[in-house]
Amino acid sequence: MSAPLLELDAVSRRFSRKISLGDRIAAKLGAPVETREVRAVENVSLSVMKGETLGLVGESGCGKSTLGRIAAGILPPSAGTARLDGKPVMAEDGRHQKLTTRVQTVFQDPFASLNPRKRIGETIGEGPLAHGLIDRAGSRAYVAEQLSRVGLDPSYASRFPHQFSGGQRQRIAIARALAMKPDLLICDEPVASLDVSIQAQVLNLFLDLRRALNLTAIFISHDLGVVRHLSDRVAIMYLGRIVEIGPANEIYAAPKHPYTQALLASVPRLNRHREGRTAFKPIAGELPSPLSPPPGCHFHPRCALATERCRTEPPQLRPLGPMRWAACHLAE
Amino acid sequence: MTAALEVRGLKTHFFTRSGAVKAVDGVDLSIERGRVLGLVGESGSGKSVTGLSILGLIDHPGRIVEGSVRLDGQELVGLDRDASRRVRGRRIAMIFQDPMMTLNPVLRVGTQMSMALRAHETVSNAVVRERSLKALGKVGLPAPEQCLAAYPHQLSGGMRQRVAIAIALLHSPSVIVADEPTTALDVSIQAQILQEMQRLGAETGVALVWITHDLAVVSSLAHDIAVMYAGRIVEYGPTADVLAQPRHPYTRGLLDSVPGEAEPGEKLAQIPGSIPALIDLPPGCAFRARCSRATGACETMPEIADIGGRLARCFHPLEAA
Amino acid sequence: MRRDASPFLRFWIEFAENRLALLALGVVILVVGAALMAPLFTPQDPYDIGKLVLGDARRPPGHVGSGGYVHLLGTDAQGRDLWSAILYGLRISIQIGITAGAVAFIVGGSLGAIAAFAGGRTEALIMRFIDLQLSFPAILLALVISAILGQGKWQLTVALVASQYAYFARTAHGAAVAERAKEYIEAALSTPLSSRVVVFRHILPNCMPPLIVVATVQIANAISLEATLSFLGLGLPVTHPSLGTLIANGFQYMMSGRYWISIYPGIALIVLILAVNLVSDQIRDQLNPRLQR
Repeated sequence: MSAPLLELDAVSRRFSRKISLGDRIAAKLGAPVETREVRAVENVSLSVMKGETLGLVGESGCGKSTLGRIAAGILPPSAGTARLDGKPVMAEDGRHQKLTTRVQTVFQDPFASLNPRKRIGETIGEGPLAHGLIDRAGSRAYVAEQLSRVGLDPSYASRFPHQFSGGQRQRIAIARALAMKPDLLICDEPVASLDVSIQAQVLNLFLDLRRALNLTAIFISHDLGVVRHLSDRVAIMYLGRIVEIGPANEIYAAPKHPYTQALLASVPRLNRHREGRTAFKPIAGELPSPLSPPPGCHFHPRCALATERCRTEPPQLRPLGPMRWAACHLAE
Repeated sequence: MTAALEVRGLKTHFFTRSGAVKAVDGVDLSIERGRVLGLVGESGSGKSVTGLSILGLIDHPGRIVEGSVRLDGQELVGLDRDASRRVRGRRIAMIFQDPMMTLNPVLRVGTQMSMALRAHETVSNAVVRERSLKALGKVGLPAPEQCLAAYPHQLSGGMRQRVAIAIALLHSPSVIVADEPTTALDVSIQAQILQEMQRLGAETGVALVWITHDLAVVSSLAHDIAVMYAGRIVEYGPTADVLAQPRHPYTRGLLDSVPGEAEPGEKLAQIPGSIPALIDLPPGCAFRARCSRATGACETMPEIADIGGRLARCFHPLEAA
Repeated sequence: MRRDASPFLRFWIEFAENRLALLALGVVILVVGAALMAPLFTPQDPYDIGKLVLGDARRPPGHVGSGGYVHLLGTDAQGRDLWSAILYGLRISIQIGITAGAVAFIVGGSLGAIAAFAGGRTEALIMRFIDLQLSFPAILLALVISAILGQGKWQLTVALVASQYAYFARTAHGAAVAERAKEYIEAALSTPLSSRVVVFRHILPNCMPPLIVVATVQIANAISLEATLSFLGLGLPVTHPSLGTLIANGFQYMMSGRYWISIYPGIALIVLILAVNLVSDQIRDQLNPRLQR
């Protein structure tokens, strides 16, 4: 088996509130000071093989966006490493400098991810120029090529972002990412803010590009249907941990982790076969705050099968089959 | 039996500096008590403006230029401000996508519910408290007393939305208009709210207009579905029928755009082009530019017609499969 | 897809729709134009002491002086034609105001944006220093620095820049902090682009709207600050009177019937500052996203 393109090894990321001078004085005087810490990502190990699309699914607070940023080299992990072809994506000294251009990101909000004061041709060509992928003379033609590849007229290069619709802006964002000739594309909820019909267009574009460029990608989304449609493998995250990971069709057909099962059952399905109105089957309980995740298995308060062991011992990812893991004491 | 809500020929236009935006241009709806109507559309379809028009919440530069909205037989369009306020919140209520549009961040939940109750009735403190607790319990909030004493920011997004729904239910309205109330919530919380709404509809007999872009939600929740495009209804009928056998090409295109049952990795049957801007819409069917079935006839606006048990606005409706 | 106009062009089209602001802009352009081309419009160079005839001093408007031309607005205590003196004075005031404003803009704006981007201790240090400086009234700072540096155009400009850059820094910092959190900055950093490029070519250009508003207000402030300093005897030397000096010189004659020596320069100053303020009001309203209807 060939080496993975991206390897995340025991990656954790904590966000803690800075302790102000006042709090330090209070602590010295004996007053209790809460050091609030969010464990956005907890001990995640993951690899992505060349040419595959890994879907990263979860609800808010699960850490999928944070993990995406760590993989992209724009956020340093508190522990663990992120390596692309064996080389770290971010400088490990205090500088937090991104070391590679081979990972690029497509962000969620098409309205905020483009500089409103730059023409989109400049925005697309800026990175390649700065990194020597192209020279000034060839930049115009290069940008035109990038634009046509995402289905936009090359003459749009002189326009400003406000002149485009949400779907078009997302295409521009994809063009910008691809202009850097990345090996790995991280898509952070790229279609979440788009209308359904436009979403389909952008998803189709993504499928085309993936095939044409043999892209490796991590697709982050909360939309289970979209993730299933695009991904080869899917990882489900809950409160900073991966709870299940495996081939997409297997996970959707036969989920092993109680959270995955409950999540798939609770998502409303579009039925086009006259099944009539169906009852909703929600997961019981509230989504815990990432500031105070439940001990042991994070999901145990909402899990119908929870045992004493689940309350105290955090489950590790256990192999349940080829390329299939779930973090549950009870999964078979 | 009079429908709980009946909308006829509703037209709401916004008169901006650049021209008139015909956000809603001729909408007919009807809902009976205890039933759920799903109002579906993408951005620019006019679904939110329809909801706001029904509640009389349209402000300058927009106004209802034509049409009638009848609540239990009473006409709402053209009511003066006082009469409008007596109806709004009491016999018809609205739930917004962002619960913070209903909730005041600087007031406790209890205070806000008390204000909502007292806006329409004179009641004692004890009765206010009792009814507030009952309403919070009805929407499935686990600790009603604590919720009453809490500020909105102390509650989670799902809980805030439940409070907003509780406030909407305080006066037992005949109709509730819900504008994308679960879109901003997590999937698992969304399912909880949807279950609550299903139950409430059955228990209280309230008529529910559920405005959304999410066809999956509508397919499980709504009895009837109305699909809007560029300010008009293009298809309207029983949900199961419309979703199984859409007649309007746009409905079909919308259904095909959802990755739900499509073969993974295969391209989705997308609708080409983009949603038209509502200023200076060309005459004729607004979907013409994106429709594979359009012909010269489509240059005149098709009227809504009864086709096989539901209403569709098309000269070339899809055949029964 | 809407008109392919740059934000700059769209801005001016909208500006033109407010008649009052357009009028004010016209006044500003007129005044600035006349002042900058002062030698063309004036019969006399008021800075050339050799040309002044004391016999012409304190003459009322309309008096025909020894030079053979009509003194439209009268003469001052040294025999200068007031019309010429006002125009030349305006020219100096505008030059100094704009120069000081521009330098303060560049220095303050960059400082604020750099502080916002750097974050942490650097940001705290810079901004506390700016806050400290802002707690002093600008006039006080300008007075002190002017007194230390002495009279003269460049000394005056330095004093004005030193007392004004802090406003730009604070505004730039506030705007930059808001921009820093936006996704397009994150996207630029993730390419990755260097910090220098991100601060000066991404963050700072998007902080322009509030900075431009501050700039127009500060230019008006600089002009009036300069007039105040000159009025008080600091700033420009007596031989190169600015509007402030003229007003100061004519003050003693206010009660003895020779009003024109102070009043006309005063009116000129007021008109200029009023027009600049109206223009900056319109710019500020236009750039305020919440007022968009």
